Amino acid sequence: MSILVLADLHEGQLAGATAHVVAAAKEMGGDIDVLVVGEGVQAAAEAAAKLDGVSKVRVADNAVYAHQLAEPMGALLVELADDYSHVLASASTTGKNVLPRLAALKDVSQLSDIIAVESADTFKRPIYAGNAIATVKSDDALKVMTVRTTGFDAVGEGNNAPVEAVDTVVENSQSRFVKEELATSDRPELGGAKVVISGGRGMGNGENFKLLDGIADKLDAAIGASRAAVDAGFVPNDMQVGQTGKIVAPDLYIAVGISGAIQHLAGMKDSKVIVAINKDDEAPIFQVADYGLVGDLFEILPELESKL
Amino acid sequence: MKVLVAVKRVIDYNVKIRVKADHSDVDLTNVKMAMNPFCEIAVEEAVRLKEKGVATEVIAVSVGPKAAQEQLRTALALGADRAIHIETDERVESLAVAKLLAKVVEEEQPGLVILGKQAIDTDNNQTGQMLAALTGLPQGTFASEVAVDGDSVNVTREIDGGLQTVALTLPAIVTTDLRLNEPRYAKLPDIMKAKKKPLDVKTPADYGIEVASKVSLLKVESPPERKGGVKVASVDELVDKLKNEAKVL
Repeated sequence: MSILVLADLHEGQLAGATAHVVAAAKEMGGDIDVLVVGEGVQAAAEAAAKLDGVSKVRVADNAVYAHQLAEPMGALLVELADDYSHVLASASTTGKNVLPRLAALKDVSQLSDIIAVESADTFKRPIYAGNAIATVKSDDALKVMTVRTTGFDAVGEGNNAPVEAVDTVVENSQSRFVKEELATSDRPELGGAKVVISGGRGMGNGENFKLLDGIADKLDAAIGASRAAVDAGFVPNDMQVGQTGKIVAPDLYIAVGISGAIQHLAGMKDSKVIVAINKDDEAPIFQVADYGLVGDLFEILPELESKL
Repeated sequence: MKVLVAVKRVIDYNVKIRVKADHSDVDLTNVKMAMNPFCEIAVEEAVRLKEKGVATEVIAVSVGPKAAQEQLRTALALGADRAIHIETDERVESLAVAKLLAKVVEEEQPGLVILGKQAIDTDNNQTGQMLAALTGLPQGTFASEVAVDGDSVNVTREIDGGLQTVALTLPAIVTTDLRLNEPRYAKLPDIMKAKKKPLDVKTPADYGIEVASKVSLLKVESPPERKGGVKVASVDELVDKLKNEAKVL
């Protein structure tokens, strides 16, 4: 048995998600290779070689793989997959974009968002926005799956695995990168932050989200939002936590002015400690919060900031 | 050009789901069903392309039980011109749906296929990408903007950390994200008119596709309940609890 893990990149560097996917692969057993695909990604490959449990790192570094477009990446994976029993990627927008192409071209099903490994062919995954957990068994010869990173603790970095080049180059005349607009922030990434503070419709408007800044600074927290706040136009969609946004599981999650719709809970209920601040003491968010504080967020937030 | 749009019948997104007592699946008896929200966005986008004169015909297709015709009629009421229902009572995985849609693409030769990025029941997020791979067409997934320009389309995609724009040659496959548009509601006269629009009924066998999958569903459980904690009376008490009880500060 051997497993290929497609590395996640963030602006050309190895993203933290990869260490979680390797952890999932370790639970399945077998040799683990990490595949790094992109242009100018040697540093990412060297970072991947440090991850515990990795047998070797394979690097496909070519202009055709720049920006990790789905068409050439899918074609490359099809070329490489025959050496493996499992191909894994994180359930990031890249993993979700590429892996189903591999599965389809190999005529196998894909299992999305696995959160637990029961055995090498049986896995748990959330369905209905995490309101039910399915145990599924795959009898396909090649198992293709995306891994929800919050389900697995990251492996350490004490390894020194060999790095080898993959020379396979594919053609791509169908898709072309035009531009990327990435939100720039000094704060930690939502998916990987130890502390997340999110605002909801109760924040009133986008300007009021600044009330979260001081607390986020003190706690080194990422700032998130509910879908209601995004739909109301307060903040951009990349801040959305929930079924239709990011799934997070930080050590501390602070929900401010968020009522607790099912779709939001699906994105944060695996957080270790949840704090809810809301003026409505009947808000469903209090049913999942470890600590609830009923009151006016416009009074509570400045006080909280001063007392941290 | 023709635009093909795929729709799925799923549990209404407002309904709280129940797991069956024998843990075999989620209980869908007497539950309100609706068009998958991401598919509504796909239909809306297709109809807008027709209103702009970019699309000449909008064809809605659904794979599922007989009742899925309700969702196809909704698509017709929203502005689709005709519908294809591929009827089956089996549990159809993304791969089989993609294979069936690939056959429809072969027959209809659309310039653009628009699908929801995922269905809110199985949350797979696979069908559009699989369809693109099987048809050999480029894909623009998780779209928040779609701009057709001659024989290519620019798709702005919602990716982790921001937005990415790709240019695809047509024909192409697009999957919708939430911010692409705000779907309209069907008006009563349009609902009446939709009843007279053509709806073809086919079966997977008509397309020579076997829908059985090698993935078996062993068990469905409710997630571990998170029990609510305590209400604190003040910010001081909250900070104290976080420091000394939860030890997260």
